[in-house]
Amino acid sequence: MAYDKFNKLTSSAVPLPIENVDTDQIIPARFLKATERKGFGDNLFRDWRYNVDDSPKKDFVLNNPIYKGSILVGGKNFGSGSSREHAAWAVYDYGFRCVVSSFFADIFRNNCLNIGVLPVQVSPEFLHKIFTAIEGNPNTELEVDLPEQTITILATGEKESFEINDYKKSNMLNGFDDIDYLLNIKGQISEFAKDTPL
Amino acid sequence: MVQHIENGPDVLFIDRHMVHEVTSPVAFLGLKDRGIKVLHPEKTFATADHNTPTINQHLPVEDPLSANQLKALEENSREYGISYWGLGHEKNGIVHVVGPEYGITQPGATIVCGDSHTSTHGAFGAIAFGIGTSEVEMVLATQCIMQAKPKSMRINVEGSLSLGVTPKDVALYIISQLTTSGATGYFVEYAGQVFRDMTMEGRMTVCNLSIEMGARGGMIAPDEKTYNYVKGREFAPKGAALDKAMAYWETLYTDEGAQFDKEITFDAANIEPMITYGTNPGMGIGISNNIPIASAVEGGVATYQKSLQYMAFNEGDQMMGKDIDFVFLGSCTNGRIEDFRAFTSIVKGRKKADNVTAWLVPGSHQVEKAIKEEGLLDILHEAGFDLREPGCSACLAMNDDKIPAGKYAVSTSNRNFEGRQGPGSRTLLASPLVAAAAAVTGKVTDPRELMEIETV
Repeated sequence: MAYDKFNKLTSSAVPLPIENVDTDQIIPARFLKATERKGFGDNLFRDWRYNVDDSPKKDFVLNNPIYKGSILVGGKNFGSGSSREHAAWAVYDYGFRCVVSSFFADIFRNNCLNIGVLPVQVSPEFLHKIFTAIEGNPNTELEVDLPEQTITILATGEKESFEINDYKKSNMLNGFDDIDYLLNIKGQISEFAKDTPL
Repeated sequence: MVQHIENGPDVLFIDRHMVHEVTSPVAFLGLKDRGIKVLHPEKTFATADHNTPTINQHLPVEDPLSANQLKALEENSREYGISYWGLGHEKNGIVHVVGPEYGITQPGATIVCGDSHTSTHGAFGAIAFGIGTSEVEMVLATQCIMQAKPKSMRINVEGSLSLGVTPKDVALYIISQLTTSGATGYFVEYAGQVFRDMTMEGRMTVCNLSIEMGARGGMIAPDEKTYNYVKGREFAPKGAALDKAMAYWETLYTDEGAQFDKEITFDAANIEPMITYGTNPGMGIGISNNIPIASAVEGGVATYQKSLQYMAFNEGDQMMGKDIDFVFLGSCTNGRIEDFRAFTSIVKGRKKADNVTAWLVPGSHQVEKAIKEEGLLDILHEAGFDLREPGCSACLAMNDDKIPAGKYAVSTSNRNFEGRQGPGSRTLLASPLVAAAAAVTGKVTDPRELMEIETV
């Protein structure tokens, strides 16, 4: 499924300075029962966001109206645990287009890239700067520039570059997905399949 | 490898693809949208496990959403010609239990599934890892996925395990040393005496937990034990095909002097029965130890304290003697026959503690059958335990097997994340022996105490 193109994003950000945020927190298993990719944003961080009686937990960042924007900034080792792509869907469906952290779990990072959410890995120092800037001013804007592979804290001009391989970068810029690519090399795959030992 | 993309990932051909009801429906929808078929339906196997009830499986599934997912998997399997082992099918069970049981899992194969514990199959020297739903669609459509080559890590555990120390303890020990992100970006090979001595089921438990330290996958070099385990199983190669496969399998060892990006060695003598006290699998300690104080722990103090607060534990607390409410034996980590044998060896001649609710959930119908045939069920009944029907069950609590809020469960599963076993649930991960000791004493207990009594 083709997805939104990603080029440059300027937005305020929602800070979640917690480490090892696992995909069970991003979306608990009991909300994985849909057979379509719809509505997962409502249950993003469900158990951190809502009490048992479904009333919002006032101290959770998504319930605090001063924090908004389409960038989510998380602590180290973001997205660990279960492979559920529903976690990336929930992040996307809620309205985030970019997740920033100093370290991402593998599968979550792949899942994000496969649906058009850009994972931006920064140094622990830069992550700290972002958190500090947002703490000082919740309206702090970040600029994520995919062609240049940079992220900038606009208020201070502090900037860091991030990595993404050329193939995925081109996919993100154009909104292509891997299946389009693979379907185009079907002949080569069939040739390979003839010789597999298993 | 079909192709290397310049400055990009490799295109990997997938030999075996396992699917279940939760991470596949949207992938099948994607195929329909594109108007394409499954390229190699004979290489994909479907089983229902994640949301299935573990009682009354002969009755219709009550939860309409779960029933709908199961129906979707059944219909998709039929439409695309994929073998489907649904609820009630004799081959039904947890995807990572039935794959090896029926010989789908083979050395050297590339195996993927929309489930992070696919690393289990690495126990056979397979390249096995979990994928997301977009990738499930990719495999269905093209039998390939895209992967950047991971870094390599070898973890050696030398020496021999002492009494009461199981493969689960080895894995929890390694994760506690490396943390939950210590192997992210790496593919791990487990080597050394401990893994050579380990049974195939033990190896599966260790490889299963590779993802809990962030690894892309974990594997163990195949040996005679591996070949003997695979041979004769339904989907394993036979006759001339077996000879050909064997010739290939025997090439799958790591060269002497091979260089790894990272290599770590542990001494088996330092490993005791493990238990977790926090909200990720890296927060584990030897059962006789106290909960570490925040300042002694790597990582953020706030995150650590949030975790202990959730568990209602204090820094410096002793784990032994803590009251527990539930025991869960099962999951793709510890839901195999050896796990039930271990559990039974402790509870034999004892009684389940009154304050404990125990859920014993076999990983598959084949495991369930073996429990009965080996007479374990009689011993369990005698001790006040009952057996449920196969499935993932309380490991992720998608069905009704939920640990209530605030309650403590000693679980043989793989994750102690907040709410993993039900909203507000508190999980202590441990081996089947530790789970059994907790089940009969009602509190965190060193199983060696109960084993020593036996030997007197």
